[in-house]
Amino acid sequence: MHTQIFREEVQRLVEQEGAYLVEVLPPAEYEDEHIAGAINLPLKTLNRAAVAGMDTSKAVITY
Amino acid sequence: MSSRAASRFESLGFSKVYDYLPGKMDWAAAGLPREGASVSSATVVAAINKDTLTCTLDERLGDVSARVKAANTDACIVVSPEEIVLGRVRGKALEGEASALVEDIMESGPTTIRPNTDLDETIDLLRSKSVDSILVTDANGKLLGTLYADEAELFRDAYGEGEDSCCCCGLLSVA
Repeated sequence: MHTQIFREEVQRLVEQEGAYLVEVLPPAEYEDEHIAGAINLPLKTLNRAAVAGMDTSKAVITY
Repeated sequence: MSSRAASRFESLGFSKVYDYLPGKMDWAAAGLPREGASVSSATVVAAINKDTLTCTLDERLGDVSARVKAANTDACIVVSPEEIVLGRVRGKALEGEASALVEDIMESGPTTIRPNTDLDETIDLLRSKSVDSILVTDANGKLLGTLYADEAELFRDAYGEGEDSCCCCGLLSVA
């Protein structure tokens, strides 16, 4: 079960563990504004092919 | 939506999955770097002066006044142990009885703004109201510093000329 976290933990996970920071909103919203360094994987297109290049052992943070 | 996406990541084989529910609004309110088409103008975070004098509720006015004078400033911001802004002591209040407690003489709830507020709009607002400065806090009310109108205008001028500005986060490179 995933865990809800706050800003400080997001920063720690990204900086110290190289976590993936993933915006799951549609591309238009991502392109308008997103957290620096975040990637865009919209929920509607989130499938096995979309994550094929990602390391499943690393942490993932969704927002 | 992010919670559903987190569950989807788990179903795709990821074992360490977290959901940052407050999201980019919370991130922006803390003045942290953002990217994107709408993040092209300077924000307040670029011009925050972090040398803001602070004091606590249980301090005596005499001690606070001495520190204000030594710092060559005109106010002391009252904060909690977690640095949450509670009030302010300034002006004639600083000339009161030295033994008075800060808690008893402070102005409660001074106006604050968030660091992701547009810098141009904030300067215009300060000038229109003849206000020299305003406190900057994060979304939790934690003090980040003070925005001085004069300093902010200098930053704005530098940003307008494109000197060492960062188009992705609105930050200026300041020595």
